Amino acid sequence: MSDRNGGVSRRRLFGLAGAGAAVAGLGATAGVLATARDPQVRATAVDTSAPVPFRGPHQAGIVTPAQDRMHFVAFDVTTRKREELVALLKDWTLAAERMTAGEEATQGGAVGGAPQAPPADTGEALDLPASALTLTIGFGPSLFDDRFGLADKRPEALVELPRFRGDDLDARRTGGDICVQACANDPQVAVHAIRNLARIGFGKVAVRWSQLGFGRTSSTSTTQATPRNLFGFKDGTNNLKAEDPTALAEHVWVTEGPQWIVGGSYLVARRIRMHIEIWDRTSLTEQEAIVGRAKGTGAPLGQTAEFDQVDLHVRGPGGVPRIAEDAHIRLASAESLKGARILRRGYNFTDGSDGFGHLDAGLFFICFNRDTRTQFVPMQQALSANDKMMEYLEHNGSGHFACPPGLSQGGYWGEGLLG
Amino acid sequence: MTRPKLPAALAGLAALATLAACGDSGSGASGGTPAAAGGPIAVEAKDDACGLTKAEAAAGTITFEVSNKGSRVTEFYLYGEGDRIMGEVENITPGITRRLIVEVPDGGKYQTSCRPGMTGDGIRADFTVTGAATRQADANVKLGEATKGYQRYVNAQVEPLQAKTGEFAAAVKAGKVDEAKALFPVARTYWERIEPVAESFGDLDPRIDAREADLEPGQEFTGFHRLEKDLWVSGLRADSGKIADQLVTDVNEIVTKAKAVELTPLQLANGAKELLDEVATGKITGEEDTFSHTDLWDFRANVEGSQAAVAALRPVVAERDPALAKALDEKFAAVDALLEKQRSGEGYKLYTDLTPDEVKAFAEAVDALGEPISKVAEVVAQK
Repeated sequence: MSDRNGGVSRRRLFGLAGAGAAVAGLGATAGVLATARDPQVRATAVDTSAPVPFRGPHQAGIVTPAQDRMHFVAFDVTTRKREELVALLKDWTLAAERMTAGEEATQGGAVGGAPQAPPADTGEALDLPASALTLTIGFGPSLFDDRFGLADKRPEALVELPRFRGDDLDARRTGGDICVQACANDPQVAVHAIRNLARIGFGKVAVRWSQLGFGRTSSTSTTQATPRNLFGFKDGTNNLKAEDPTALAEHVWVTEGPQWIVGGSYLVARRIRMHIEIWDRTSLTEQEAIVGRAKGTGAPLGQTAEFDQVDLHVRGPGGVPRIAEDAHIRLASAESLKGARILRRGYNFTDGSDGFGHLDAGLFFICFNRDTRTQFVPMQQALSANDKMMEYLEHNGSGHFACPPGLSQGGYWGEGLLG
Repeated sequence: MTRPKLPAALAGLAALATLAACGDSGSGASGGTPAAAGGPIAVEAKDDACGLTKAEAAAGTITFEVSNKGSRVTEFYLYGEGDRIMGEVENITPGITRRLIVEVPDGGKYQTSCRPGMTGDGIRADFTVTGAATRQADANVKLGEATKGYQRYVNAQVEPLQAKTGEFAAAVKAGKVDEAKALFPVARTYWERIEPVAESFGDLDPRIDAREADLEPGQEFTGFHRLEKDLWVSGLRADSGKIADQLVTDVNEIVTKAKAVELTPLQLANGAKELLDEVATGKITGEEDTFSHTDLWDFRANVEGSQAAVAALRPVVAERDPALAKALDEKFAAVDALLEKQRSGEGYKLYTDLTPDEVKAFAEAVDALGEPISKVAEVVAQK
């Protein structure tokens, strides 16, 4: 329903709902407000249907408390004209800002236009609140070829990812000139956003691949409980959190390279198929040994509670390490990786079945880091070479994107790069 | 081979050993109450002293909180009789407190030790654990028979493995491509039957059986699959003979080790499951023999190896869980029947000649078998 027709706008609807939710959630959120000063963080901690500010020093959707749903898309740029690309990025910015506020992609877009014309907004998110929608854009290495004269603006850190041991990448799920990560607490809101951006882009960009995620596998805020991945384990207990700006400055926000990327972050996406059927036949003891944590509590082996510090130096009977040499949390720990950490923001997925009677399920891994060359890459090299969990995993999609910093008033996506 | 690789199998053995050692199944790491009666015992570790708030605890889970009040990096150990390590925590830097949670099932005399500088015997003191040992004697004659029976099976496989690998290598070196191609799946059959055993020997398995896609950057492509590529795709190369010689050497080494290995019943049960996992992730997808497409030979061998391990354990399973024993028989027979349908001459159809429906039928039958097989370890671990 459009404002013009006198209906309830998405924004107003959410306002009403939000009031009730805010009262109900008051007790739980009182402590949150004190710790989360960033409005992009605070918004969803308070109310899962409220909007997250689109503009700010950093793009939303990175340290924003991880929403429950995701739709990720990678585009190929099909136009060869730089000005068309710039115009598209401006159009996208307008639509993105509106949609993250809980509005249609254009004013009155769904039903307020000319009856003879196809509606400018596809309409499936009418009546739905903003649902903490964030839209995060990134630029892939391939955009910096000779098409748009961007070669000298390519950050050195925006490398083509090396081949990791066991990689089985499908070209139809890999790469892309531009990515947009849509996260929301309502899957329809996330899909609506990607669908409308793709539609606006016809003739200038084409969808190369996309991925839905139905449940978050990481917490990016101390206000959130640690969710479980499809192996049934709490995932990302030791993730970087929004409430730790010092660690974010050290591990997430870019400080070097061309000016347009400073204050941004590098996004790595990996589609990780999990052989869940095989995993499910594995004993609890072995599952826990592979992960390095107790399945129930999430406590590191040798400790008692989830957030107890991981101690790699505790040994059990016969001097055997409690956290095995090839356990996932040992190999992925900052201690084993010379201090390297990443901000994880992955999602569980199931994409139907594989034709062999198995679910095509897994984890769509997304991480943000300050320099992929010194953070994600060494981590994945260690994991792909030695992680016992790899026996149950298959990386079959991949992408690397440079996400610029956030937008100030009046700015548009990619302005620093193309403006 | 399994996707990743080297130390995985070894750690798996260690994990199994741990499971076997701490008795009843399923408790693993998530069970147990960490702060047992009396709460944690504080340990004050100095450069010249190792003070405990208590030198006695009840059998069960004992928690030590070790604070380094000295100037050197230290360690803390709990020893059983004969300096058997019950648990230890290393690398405790000055000013730091670390926690050690130890499972001590049996009462008796133990020793604690702080080791400033992380060398020497440490500063020792007696530590008494009270309470009865509740563990039952583990001497189950049938389980002992099972491991011996499987050992005989392994011994029966390694000799033809050695012989056929030798013939295969000789054919490669003589440039007899057709003969080598015919011997390739035959030699691999013996290998695939005992693969979980072979995998427990560190880097030998990747040298013999690594798939090209699973190589680490910089790792040389050697073994069966390298020669497979030479024979089916690129043609024999200058160093094919050298690769064949190395394969023979590596296989001989595996054979020596496999004859000496001592397996526990739990390892047998898990080995049977791992062989099925191999089929499900590698053979059903046609990834194992990606150049020769002789995956069904390997498939058959994995299933036979799995069946041999289960057969060794079968008397125990039949006694403790007759329904499971029956289910295993039925599901093995179902997989067997499907494989028999794909026979061609001395061997099997190529993977690439299977229809999608046939592949799907295999996948379903393997899943149906995998479920009961995954329950064998639990039954074997029962006391």
